This record gives sequence, C-alpha cells and structure tokens, in this order.
Amino acid sequence: MTGNEAVAEGAIQAGCQFYAAYPITPQNELIAYMAKHMPARSGQLNRVFIQAESELAAINMVFGASAAGKRAMTSSSSPGMSLKQEGISYIAGAELPAVIVNMMRGGPGLGNIAPAQSDYFQATRGGGHGDYHSIVLAPSSVEEAYNLMFLAFNLADKYRNPVIVLGDGTLGQMMEPLKKVRNPESKIQNYKKPWALTGCKGRKPNVIKSFYMKEGALEEFNLKLQKKYKEIEENEQRWEESFLDDAEIILVAYGTMARVCRDVVDNLREKGKKIGLVRPISLWPFPKKVFHRFTGKADQRKRFLVVEMSYGQMVDDVRLSCCGKAKVEFIGHSGGGIPTGEEIIRKINEKNI
Amino acid sequence: MKKIFSRPESLKNVTTHYCAGCGHGLAHRLIAEVIDELNIREKVIAVAPVGCAVVAYDYWNFDCTEAAHGRALAVGTAIKRVRPDNIVFTYQGDGDLAAIGTNETIHAANRGENITAIFINNAIYGMTGGQMAPTTLLGQKTATTPKGRDVRFQGYPLNISLLLGTLPAVKYVERVSLHNPQEILKSKRAIKQAFQNQIDNIGFSLVEILSPCPTYWEMSSEKAMSWIRDTMTKEFPLRRIK
Repeated sequence: MTGNEAVAEGAIQAGCQFYAAYPITPQNELIAYMAKHMPARSGQLNRVFIQAESELAAINMVFGASAAGKRAMTSSSSPGMSLKQEGISYIAGAELPAVIVNMMRGGPGLGNIAPAQSDYFQATRGGGHGDYHSIVLAPSSVEEAYNLMFLAFNLADKYRNPVIVLGDGTLGQMMEPLKKVRNPESKIQNYKKPWALTGCKGRKPNVIKSFYMKEGALEEFNLKLQKKYKEIEENEQRWEESFLDDAEIILVAYGTMARVCRDVVDNLREKGKKIGLVRPISLWPFPKKVFHRFTGKADQRKRFLVVEMSYGQMVDDVRLSCCGKAKVEFIGHSGGGIPTGEEIIRKINEKNI
Repeated sequence: MKKIFSRPESLKNVTTHYCAGCGHGLAHRLIAEVIDELNIREKVIAVAPVGCAVVAYDYWNFDCTEAAHGRALAVGTAIKRVRPDNIVFTYQGDGDLAAIGTNETIHAANRGENITAIFINNAIYGMTGGQMAPTTLLGQKTATTPKGRDVRFQGYPLNISLLLGTLPAVKYVERVSLHNPQEILKSKRAIKQAFQNQIDNIGFSLVEILSPCPTYWEMSSEKAMSWIRDTMTKEFPLRRIK
C-alpha cells in the first residue's frame, strides 16, 4: 500500500465521515482511494465524498461538515495548501476540528512534483491570517501514516482545532506493507459535540463564528485560543529518539528525511561513532522538551545536525529550543534532490562536528 | 382580543444594526415567517455570508454558521450532505454570491445540491463602504466607479440568476423585489417555494431579491424603493427565471 492509500485507510478507520478534495500530484492516490471507499464503506456513518471544484471549496466544505459535527478531512499538496490557508484560518477561528493532509512537493510557485519539506513554516506558524496554530503531525513510514490518522482526528476533536498531517511526495508514493497494527493510541475517541449544528430541537440555537466586533471581544477570544495552544504545547509534544544517552552528534530530521538519517546513524554506530537521532513526530507543538535536556552546561559537548528537504525551516525551531546553548548545524536542500546519506556523513566529517 | 400580528418565533427580539431603509431586515423577517409557517425552525441550519448580513445569526432564532467570503454554498453543500434531514440555506449578497464566490455558486448549483440560496442583490458593497458590485448598473456611481460604471472598463452587470437558470441541475430560480408591499408578498411566496422544494427533495433553488441600500445609493428610503421599481428592474426584470 502507498503512503497516500495508508493515510486514506487510516482516515476511514478513524471514523472520517466527510472528505472533499481537489486533485493535485503527488497525493492523487489518496483522493482516488477515498472516492472508492468512502461511499462503499459508508455504513451507518453516512460517509460523504465530494470532488470539489477548487481547493477553496474543498476546505470550506470541510468547515461545513465539521460545523455539522462530523469528522471531516481534506488533502492536498503544497500549491493547493496555499489556497486552503484562508479556510484553515477560519476553521481555527471558529474552533472547528478538521484534518488536513499535505503531501509536500517542491516550491515556490508551481514548483515541481518532487518531494520536499518546504512547507514547514506554513504548517507550523499558522499559514493563514491571525494568531493561530494548527497541530502538525509528521509520519515517516506508511504504517505510521496509517496510525497517525487516528491521533489526528482525536486531537482535532479534543482541542477543536485543525490538525495537519505533513508528509511529502516520497511518503505518499512509496509502497510498504501495511499490517494495520494499531498503536495503543490508535482508536476512535468519541468527543461530545454540543456546539455542533444539528438543528435547534430541544435547545437554544448554536452559532459557529469567528467574527467578534464588540470592543474587547476578539482579544478575549484570542486569549482563550492562546490558553488552548499552551495546553497543547504542554501535552502533545511527540518525538522518537535513538542513542541520546551517549550521543555526541545528534541528527534531527522528520518524515522521509528521518529515514535517511536513521540509516546514517546505524551505519556510523557500527563504526563506533557516538551519534544519535531525534525525530520530531509533532512539528507543532515542536518537541522542545527533548532539546531542553541538552541545554545544561554538562551537555555542551553535544552537537545537533538538522537535516531537511528544505533550505532550513525546522532548524529554526531546533535553535529556539536550544536557546543558543548547543551548537546547531544544518544540511538540506529541496527542489528535486533529497540529502543523501553520503552527503550527511561527509558533512559530519568535514565539519568534524 | 385576537392577536393577528406578532414576531415570528424564528426571529429574535433584538434591536437591528442595519441602516434605516435597508432591505436586510425585511428579508430576514420573510425568511423567519416562512420557516415558522413550514414548521422547520428546529431543523434549519443557516449559512451567513460575509457582508452586512454576517451577523444574521444575531436576528435568527435557529442554528447558524458563518462562512468565509463567497464560500457559503461550499459550506452549505457539506452541511446538507452530512445532514440530509436538516434544512440548509445560504443568505448571500451580490459580492459574496456573484463575485468572490461565483465559483462556489455555479458548482453547488451545477451539482444540484438540494439547498436553498437566498441572494440579496442591492447592486453595491454595503459593509465595505459602497464599492461597485458585480450587479452595479451601468452609469451607477459607487466608491470605485466615481464616474459611474463604464462598460468599457467594468463590463456589464452580471445576471447570475439568468446564468444559473441554464444549468440542468438547477430547479427553481425567481427574481423578486422588496420595493412595495405587493412585491414583498411575492418575495415571501418565492422564498417559501424555494424552501418547499428542499423539503420535497427537488434540488437547487435560488431566490434573487432586489433590495434597497439607501445609505450607499445616497438616497432617501422612499427614493431607494422607487429606484428599484423604475431603474433596477429594467436591468433585472422581476420574473420566474426557471
């Protein structure tokens, strides 16, 4: 199964009731899978699939389905994500749950269809207008992509917040066996939605809105959002780590890039090099906690090497997390090429970091 | 004593924020009366636009959501698809439905979504201060057409209802007006038909309502009503289009 299909299958099993999207490479297997399986496996959930007329329509359909209390999702790739930003801002502003998948490709502009990780800033900094955050999850295998869809829908409902699943063209296109082995976390958590639009029978009317004209009302609402984001930052940092106890050089990479880095770590470990790996799984909230471990005096011999398929985006978060107390190096490029294991090893040796 | 006139249950007892002579209050009320008469208040989900009527939910006493500017029919599409037993309608101005949201409008209509669209055409952008709308008449002065709309630069008023009428999945389109009591009653009948169509699962229905904006037309309320009758209906004749 491809990563795109695993995401789709995960979404269906996680109780996705509404999916709308617009075709874009390299995530087309996802929309095709949903077109086939959402109606066929509708059951009692009344699953709806719509091929939308635009990325704008797709994300706003997700807004509508979510406002009506359903688990709703869309997917796209980089240029399409730019178009969705308005809708994501409204979803954040209306505090609606939603899952948005971005299988990143090269940019800026139309770019190309090669894998990239250049939308990290867009995903983790909000992306649209206003002070908001989406929760961002980054799978690095087909199996993990499947599993993270449960978490994505659960977190979206729990916090009434957009969740972006950030993969790239490689993950979307590559095939790996999917055993559908669910993590303990991978089950549907049911959250009550008394705010949803269902018709006002037996209760006062519900209103979904992000518009606050009364003096002071918007600031009050923003403070509420900030409080929620703080809670998410405290509770939802996720990462995988290897060999951190004795590592002198720690690679930091997410998604597809982390797979290359893991090979490098295994390779150099065999040669006796004290090297480790941090793989952020949640990109927002960024797993600062793991870096805070290495900002004490005793740890200043540690060196981080951040590897990305971009010209340096996540590296900013690593630097911020280290607060200038650890040395942070970077290697990365995008637009067609993926940093190779040889390149990374060369960098390690060259700089003698 | 018999009570013969009261506020519909679907309308809240609040003070209006709309300008004197504005048509939104009338249109809100007609919708509320229709919803009461059809006994669907507890099933209705409304989608409010961006524009003067964004806060329609402050007046209506049923479930409502906002939609981003122009996206009401995309939002409405999804609500109706996931909740087919509810009654879903959008309420949109000319900028919302026929400029920034033209794409969503045409495609929701073309898919034959079983929803009701109420389209308020006042030939101007009210909330932002009186700029040209897609439906602004030729020669009409606005903040962005200070010398009047000129076909050489701004093209013709967009007759979106006529355009929608050509789509096979669109089942009902009628243009009505609020300029006198007789036309107001006709407007109510059209709104009721559009909701009845949804109840009967007939498909996409749209009612275009010519509505006064005395503030940005820079007219008295009375003159605004006669301007609709004498000028606006020449460009946008009142009739059942489909």
